[in-house]
Amino acid sequence: MADITMRINGAARTGSPEARKTLADFLRDDLNLTGTHVGCEHGVCGACTVIVDGRPVRSCLMLAVQAAGSEVTTIEGLATNGGLGPLQQAMWDSHSFQCGFCTPGFVMQATAFLSDHPDADEQQIREALSGNICRCTGYQSIIDGVLLAVERNRELS
Amino acid sequence: MKLPPVEYEAPATVADAVGLLAEHGDEASVLAGGQSLIPLLALRLARPEVLIDINGIDELSGVSAEDGWVTIGAMTREYVAEESGTVAEAVPLLAAALPLIGHEAIRSRGTIGGSLAHADPAAELPAVARALDAEFVVRGPSGTRVIPAAQWFEGFLTTSRSPDELLLEVRFPAANGDTGVSFEEVARRHGDFAMVGLATSLMFSDGTISEARLAFAGVSEVPARVTAAEDLLTGERPSAELFDEAARRGCEDLDPPADLHGSSDYRKKVAAAVMRRGLRAAADSANHRAARGSD
Repeated sequence: MADITMRINGAARTGSPEARKTLADFLRDDLNLTGTHVGCEHGVCGACTVIVDGRPVRSCLMLAVQAAGSEVTTIEGLATNGGLGPLQQAMWDSHSFQCGFCTPGFVMQATAFLSDHPDADEQQIREALSGNICRCTGYQSIIDGVLLAVERNRELS
Repeated sequence: MKLPPVEYEAPATVADAVGLLAEHGDEASVLAGGQSLIPLLALRLARPEVLIDINGIDELSGVSAEDGWVTIGAMTREYVAEESGTVAEAVPLLAAALPLIGHEAIRSRGTIGGSLAHADPAAELPAVARALDAEFVVRGPSGTRVIPAAQWFEGFLTTSRSPDELLLEVRFPAANGDTGVSFEEVARRHGDFAMVGLATSLMFSDGTISEARLAFAGVSEVPARVTAAEDLLTGERPSAELFDEAARRGCEDLDPPADLHGSSDYRKKVAAAVMRRGLRAAADSANHRAARGSD
């Protein structure tokens, strides 16, 4: 075990995970950042998606030790002034989610995608979210929420 | 499931990695992007004693073009290759296949060398490498050797890399201007492994097909060239009838595997449809590339 340090949601965090510990388990078990959810544990469901150095990644398919020195953003990092971020608010307003298990993965994947494609259309959003599984909603309300965030961002700018 | 206990090494140079492979041999697994290996560990389908993590070896990443070849370092992430202007210009077949691999988050970590060393016959990159006759550069204790794609893929998830060798880079021949390409596939859902995929590259000369390269994914133990169709197409002018006949001839000897997504017969029918579509799309893309070149 080696000491590692990474920046998570803007703050330096240190730990000594076993090599076999995934980034997802490190976030949840060692750092108590339980907003990142663990579903299938083999990279299929997308619930554990976080942003590492600006890219969406499946945190169950990355070892914690591999994130040493990286900049990591989790769902806990999206709140602004203690309230919901703009994408979170738009998804709230669209009743995007039901049980909430898949929510952090969808929100982080959509956050990463919109940062590169702020004007994304519905088809692009569907494609970008196609690797995340939701068992409640039938997806339409999730797409609606992301589209609403795009519209609101467009009105602002 | 959680990963089983495993020793972990993170060499910083190729020399160190090759040394570790020499020491541990087939007790070690090389960890590149981890998008296949980590699931195999989680599911206990792979039980290496040591992981040799090559993510810290900077010299294994990068895309460069020289003397008609595009060389891609084994640790080059799939999204990096996807965004590479060199790949888009010089290896358009690879550029066509990359966006079809998994999902965006998978391509953030997944690597060119990792996918090709994993050698899943249903994956996109092995079919591309086989269609283009890519070359694989590996280094082991006895030095460096170059393995052509025809010999690289030996069986299901099996390559001719020996356990003490490290894949350094993969070389793809650059396409000339009068080449049309397509990667066609049928999957239950975008990003899933394809039931059938087809890498197609058609080179044209004065309106006739001077060279045809076709390789299937998902129909056999290794990515399979379709020589019967290639021979039929070569020297002919593109037409719907020609492509129909090539698809018929190219698929008649296929014996695809059956699984819960489709029977062998079904896959065979899908393969013929994919080939007709793929040939048309490749011919169209040649027209587009030619039109762009003459601007």
